[in-house]
Amino acid sequence: MSELIHPLHRFIRPSVTHTTFCPGCGDGTIAQSILRAIDGLNMGMDDFVFVSGIGCAAWIPSPLFNADVLHTTHGRPIAFAFGIKMGLPEKKVMVVSGDGDLVAIGGNHLIQNARRNIEMVVICVNNGIYGMTGGQAAPTTPMGVKTTTTPYGTFENFFEDIAGLVSAAGASFVARWTTAHPRQLTASIKKAIRKKGFAFIEVLTQCPIQFGRKMGVGNAVQMLEDYKKRSISVQEGKKFSREELNGRIVIGEIVDLDKPEMVEEVTRIKMRAMKGEGKAIDRGAKG
Amino acid sequence: MNNHRVRAGRYFMMGNVACAEGAVAAGCEFAAGYPITPATEIANTLAERLPQVGGAFFQMEDEISSIAAVIGASWTGKKSMTVTSGPGISLMLENIGFAVGVETPCVIVNVQRGAPTTGMPTVGVQGDMVQARRGSHGDYEIIGLCPCSPQEMFDHTVIAFNYAERYRTPVFILSDAFVGHMREEVIIPEPEKIKTEYRKIPEPGTDPQKIRGFLDEDVAPMPIFGKGFKAHVTSSCHDEYGKRNLIDISALDNFIRKLSNKILKHKEEITLVEQDYEGAEVVLVSYGAVARAAATAASLARRNGLPVGTLRLITVWPFPGEEIGKMAKKARQIIVLENNLGQVYPYIKAEAARFAEVSFLPPKLVGEIPDPEDILKKIREVMK
Repeated sequence: MSELIHPLHRFIRPSVTHTTFCPGCGDGTIAQSILRAIDGLNMGMDDFVFVSGIGCAAWIPSPLFNADVLHTTHGRPIAFAFGIKMGLPEKKVMVVSGDGDLVAIGGNHLIQNARRNIEMVVICVNNGIYGMTGGQAAPTTPMGVKTTTTPYGTFENFFEDIAGLVSAAGASFVARWTTAHPRQLTASIKKAIRKKGFAFIEVLTQCPIQFGRKMGVGNAVQMLEDYKKRSISVQEGKKFSREELNGRIVIGEIVDLDKPEMVEEVTRIKMRAMKGEGKAIDRGAKG
Repeated sequence: MNNHRVRAGRYFMMGNVACAEGAVAAGCEFAAGYPITPATEIANTLAERLPQVGGAFFQMEDEISSIAAVIGASWTGKKSMTVTSGPGISLMLENIGFAVGVETPCVIVNVQRGAPTTGMPTVGVQGDMVQARRGSHGDYEIIGLCPCSPQEMFDHTVIAFNYAERYRTPVFILSDAFVGHMREEVIIPEPEKIKTEYRKIPEPGTDPQKIRGFLDEDVAPMPIFGKGFKAHVTSSCHDEYGKRNLIDISALDNFIRKLSNKILKHKEEITLVEQDYEGAEVVLVSYGAVARAAATAASLARRNGLPVGTLRLITVWPFPGEEIGKMAKKARQIIVLENNLGQVYPYIKAEAARFAEVSFLPPKLVGEIPDPEDILKKIREVMK
């Protein structure tokens, strides 16, 4: 009998024998969506450089993916990815990290690089909690939830619309899905990879162990069903007021537009400078 | 001036501009930074010069992202640098540790200014000397060069890139506002006279699973991105193959020691000092801008018949203890001069006190280069 091998197994680093994800974690679904998108585009791992920060989601590419992977400091993967993209403009650079990493400690790198519209794919894995450190409140934890650092319940307003933040900052592709929508997510990742610009996908994902327990929803299936129940498409969502959308998850592609992309602009300026065109400004006294 | 990589010629040039020219001459292709006094002229010059040679300078949202982008670019095989002053280094320290941990060549220029905190931006001090050595968390070794003239701002930047590439490590240029803003003669040699080094990388086509790209005391080849090496680069404790290990403390011990030994094993090749203490009873030990005053004081003393010599540390880190010991054995009195309240002094004293009397001459005013006459006074005092 020949051994059965998963069709995506060729994308997994040979030394990897297991994942570190908890039972019921949605990160495996997201990993599969990313790999299915790459496979679906007939691309290979050598077309990519993956960058991640600190947190559960950062372990999706590191060490799982058999590619060039840079596992960076907390909050900074997009800033590292900036340098990688400038050094290897012909490669696809993908950041995979969590909501705490990208939106709390690393929030400004997300905003500024969306503004720059530098070509890269950023997958924000939003589980609404700090999972790896044992379930502390995140900027994405709904108000009132009791966590290990908010034993009486969180008293802060929370980020309900990260995708909206990135849209406002100027990204040329923005989408939001949940792990209950893996096919749609895969399709959006494909679009994001092909996008000439900053492409951001927020994925709401179930964390039954750290988030679910605190919310009183114990298992992954329950959480996925909740995502399905609460989800509403971007088109449908437009028909409702802000108040009516309270507690709902607006899913779909929110932004998809063409605008100047930073790497191309930099290349253009370099070409001119190398030819001695486009004189730099006179800075006055120098040397 | 032309648009070439090396603008060979003789110039009257600002130290900061010379630093930028040195970077371009050394083959720097990527620079990122955030505006800060007194380092801005380096950024301004790089922003103009790098695109002319196919590179670029990027103004980032802060110093944290600047060093992050520099490390990212270095992993794509580009020679990379950042320029800042003390407050910027304070923000960069976590990622400087990252660069050490994953063995990333890069050059970090600190044009030191009046500190602590916001301090006095246009005044030069040597207040960040130990920060460069010990600022990021954990045990590690670093290389730090201390230029004392615009010419050395050029020369040391070239050396810094070569050390960074050779040892796969961040290298500090510990300048200050005086040297950075000083204008003096700078000679930029012809390109063929400038030695430039480039990191070793694995043989293209090597089986990625067989690449030992980390933790070699003799410097592992760097599995840079984009070449099919499938490098797993993590600053978490890892082994020679880059594989993470978070459970075995012998792996942590190996991680810490190999990184440190990579620098310490090559200390002799790294160390640069300038010595002029033959027959001297009193030796003035200093570095950077202060060394200029020490040299003047020593010649003044000799003209007065006093046997005074100098030892200038060009590389302050790794600490050249052997050079200090060698000098101390011949001297009777050692006077340490720094433009701070005594940062490198304890290191010098620890090496020299067995052989000679060691004293510290603090600046009359922190932020002021000492008057050679005052140094002479101190020399007479210790000779009594």
